[in-house]
Amino acid sequence: MSVRTLRIDGRDLAVPEGTTLLQAAREAGIAIPTLCHLEGLSPVAACRLCLVEIEGTDKLLPACITPASEGMVVQTATPRLQDIRRTVVELLFTEGNHVCAICVANGHCELQDLAVTTGMDHSRLPYRFPARRVDLSHPFFGLDHNRCILCTRCVRVCDEVEGAHVWDVGWRGEHCRIIAGLDEPWGAVDACTNCGKCVQVCPTGALFHKGDTTAEKHDEPAQLQALVHARHHQQWNP
Amino acid sequence: MSGILRVCTAAGCAGCGGSALREQLGAVIAAATTGDPASGLALKGVGCLGPCGEGALLELESASGRRLFGGITPEGVAAVAASLANLSPGTDLGTWAPPAARPIDLEQPFFRLQKRLVLEHCGRIDPESLAEALAAGSYGQLRRVLQENRPEAVIEQVRRSGLRGRGGGGYPTGLKWATVARMPGPEKVVVCNADEGDPGAFMDRSVLEGDPHRLLEGMAIAAWAVGASRGFIYVRAEYPMAIAHLRTAIAQAEDQGLLGAAIAGSAFGFQLELRVGAGAFVCGEETALIHSIEGQRGVPRPRPPYPAEVGVFGLPTLINNVETFASVPPLLAIGAEAYAAIGTTNSGGTKVFSLTGDVRLAGVLEVPMGTPIATIVETMGGGAPDGHAIKAVQTGGPSGGCVPANRLDTPVDYESLQELGSIMGSGGMVVMDDSTSMVDVACFFMAFCREESCGKCIPCRSGTVQLHLLLQKHLAGEADAADLAQLESLCHMVKDTSLCGLGQSAPKPVLSTLRHFRGDYLALLRPEPEATPEPVP
Repeated sequence: MSVRTLRIDGRDLAVPEGTTLLQAAREAGIAIPTLCHLEGLSPVAACRLCLVEIEGTDKLLPACITPASEGMVVQTATPRLQDIRRTVVELLFTEGNHVCAICVANGHCELQDLAVTTGMDHSRLPYRFPARRVDLSHPFFGLDHNRCILCTRCVRVCDEVEGAHVWDVGWRGEHCRIIAGLDEPWGAVDACTNCGKCVQVCPTGALFHKGDTTAEKHDEPAQLQALVHARHHQQWNP
Repeated sequence: MSGILRVCTAAGCAGCGGSALREQLGAVIAAATTGDPASGLALKGVGCLGPCGEGALLELESASGRRLFGGITPEGVAAVAASLANLSPGTDLGTWAPPAARPIDLEQPFFRLQKRLVLEHCGRIDPESLAEALAAGSYGQLRRVLQENRPEAVIEQVRRSGLRGRGGGGYPTGLKWATVARMPGPEKVVVCNADEGDPGAFMDRSVLEGDPHRLLEGMAIAAWAVGASRGFIYVRAEYPMAIAHLRTAIAQAEDQGLLGAAIAGSAFGFQLELRVGAGAFVCGEETALIHSIEGQRGVPRPRPPYPAEVGVFGLPTLINNVETFASVPPLLAIGAEAYAAIGTTNSGGTKVFSLTGDVRLAGVLEVPMGTPIATIVETMGGGAPDGHAIKAVQTGGPSGGCVPANRLDTPVDYESLQELGSIMGSGGMVVMDDSTSMVDVACFFMAFCREESCGKCIPCRSGTVQLHLLLQKHLAGEADAADLAQLESLCHMVKDTSLCGLGQSAPKPVLSTLRHFRGDYLALLRPEPEATPEPVP
């Protein structure tokens, strides 16, 4: 296996060929914020939080899918990138209805954590307060569209890991929303196996266990990673 | 007396009397008896005749030359037909002056300054007749290259011609072909992007409706050159006539052995399919287009891998736009050097534009690359009507920008327009006169991008909404200097961070109008409140 040497934030690193910039940075203890990315699911590069600057090009590249190449010089936290990340988080907060105080994920929410790490203590853009629905038709789980950030982790985990493809994205642009089946109530979709993986990987309180109340939801991506690892290596080694 | 009557039946003219005109003139000719001037006249429905704004259009070609009549309305059709029927026997058709129609001077700059290569047969032949296309020379280049059997020589010709992607990006076509040709694997695909969706763009539509065989020939040559055996034309559903003409043309070409298996007696086979879009602008973005052809949701994905490597169904794929493919047969006919000599050093050949907006003569025209914008909009288009002056020319649709009046000397080539903060784009050219608010224009395009955003990446999905709200705030006179600063910085953020070309270029109409017409924005700002004096303690 060949090796690529590169420099991220002034640190020289050597990584195996095919390693993404995100993996390389995380292994070196350099934190790059992500949201749509989840180890174990296919990357979509949609949230644009992990954009990094690379010497020699004006284009910002998403670290989650950009492979490390020889001699690359990468900056992950310049003032420009920090402002972009804050703006991305603002855009997310303003397009949904995120009220932490009454949310099941309060204190364990990736969006909330991002607001803290990017320093978004208020939004410079106006909140839009869209009218969105809540789907409580499933016997065990609920989907609150107000809290959904359209990261599509649920879509991907259901399709790629569970193989049920209950979820997809319907409509377009600002009208996009996660749909179950052919835009049916979740509880009416026979394909759902009630496995709960979508709830597990949801970064916010959009998908939740019906029994949970404020601040009681914990997402557990490690379980997904253990499962994907076990399948890949044909060995259960959590 | 024999002659040819050509009625423009392209969508624009068909919609304002062209179809009825063709029908009624046909009835007159059928009823004519020997000796009548109308007897022996050939009647043809043809593609775009050029000055669409003057439609419906009728061309008469007789012994005394070509004459063009415009301004025929649905109400005037019967009068035109009756006038032809009532011509006294022996009348020279060259003197016929149909009522309810005005003659259009074919010697004026709009026609004289054109260089028609792509549109060579458009408006001359019946687009639904393969025989006419063949008589005009279509498929001649395909036969020739198949006979010569040197695909690499064709690619080399295209490379030397300086032809660049006419969809707007301007990527060198020869290089793209060479890349796909080099890709390993037995199966490759050629795709024609006919999802023309920019507001004010109807050039590709003219080619599709007026000369579909030209596109099919270009695609077949490309497929043979890069080693592809399958092809798709992705055409938008909003072009029903283009779809109908393409279906007819494909069936005719297959029937005559010019498409399908063993083309023109060679070992080369090319299966061409039509795919009809479902009304999403973003499907003109190549990765979204690929998803849509595959039957998936039309959303873009990050590149690389580029379609040349991983395209339709994972196969190496060549994607070019309608005009690019349609440029190939004439390019090969006149030779790479002659083609390159028509344009500028960096942009070879001709470009088709659809001229529209506040301009006297609107329509479709083809000019050499490097023609100054002023020549197109002022000399050929006749400038703004009703005593107004041109304020700006918008090129490239929602991905482009505005060229201000004092820069109209700019030649149309990829680099010059980019320097001005606009783009060549696919060829839509919207002229705006001095009564136009540029903030209004920017707001229109932002509303368009907001509506057409696919919603996959956050900057485009949510950013275009916030930008649109900010622009509306300006138009309402409620914005202050801070809002203007926020508008500008959010534009840069969306441009720098969006996933695909749609999002990356969505702020361009705003940024370009801010650059050239900042005064329009400043004039709308709410006056700063007077500084209140410090209260005396």
